[in-house]
Amino acid sequence: MLNPDIVGRTFTGATSFAVTQESITQFCEAIGEPNISVAPPTYSIKISLAESEVLLKESGLDWNRVVHGDQRFEIVRPIVAGDSLTCSSTIESARAVAGNEIVTVRSDLHSGPDLITSSWSTLVVRA
Amino acid sequence: MSTFSAGQELAPHTFIINRAKLLGYANASGDQNPIHQDEIFAKSVGLENVIAHGMFTMALAGRYVSEIAGSESVKEFSSRFIKPVVVPADIDVELIVSGKVLEVSENSLKLEINATCGDVKVLGMAKAVIALS
Repeated sequence: MLNPDIVGRTFTGATSFAVTQESITQFCEAIGEPNISVAPPTYSIKISLAESEVLLKESGLDWNRVVHGDQRFEIVRPIVAGDSLTCSSTIESARAVAGNEIVTVRSDLHSGPDLITSSWSTLVVRA
Repeated sequence: MSTFSAGQELAPHTFIINRAKLLGYANASGDQNPIHQDEIFAKSVGLENVIAHGMFTMALAGRYVSEIAGSESVKEFSSRFIKPVVVPADIDVELIVSGKVLEVSENSLKLEINATCGDVKVLGMAKAVIALS
């Protein structure tokens, strides 16, 4: 059963994520993007979804039953090679609908004090 | 920079999705969930076949948006995942992405994005805001 106390729970990764040109190039190649000078707009999911996985598992939710419901990005500036990003993820809402648990996780990526991207993932834990 | 007007339809772009591309995206994104690569596993959890990562489909729609004014111009991007893109072995699945201008301001553009596979809409309520220089 869904525990309403998980709303507001936050997880901040212990280590920062060092963005390499190799990882941007690999992501660009996977989606056919020729411009490798900046990371594509959805690149940050590589970092945020892994943090959401930790947060949901710590909250007792079954990651193996998770389906991605929706996704939103607000991008302050593109991620570039050399960025060292920290990710802070917070459960903003959790509700049960028809036996499924629907959880919205907000992830903020910072480089030093600067906010780079905020993203929201709605994750559905199937009954 | 060409000019845009509200209601304007943007030319569609067809992207190919196949098993090799799913492997490439899995490696690039770190999402190694076997439902995106292993047919036996996918069927064992009730799926018709291997399905594409929702975020891969969204990333391709993001590439469509990036083509308008560059990756660095994308300020907001959102989508719902309404139907999976089913990817059988040895088949090139076509994802057709198109766009429509919703709003134009002096320095930004709001777009509605559509993504279909066969005649099935796979992304829902997809929208993007891009900055125009």
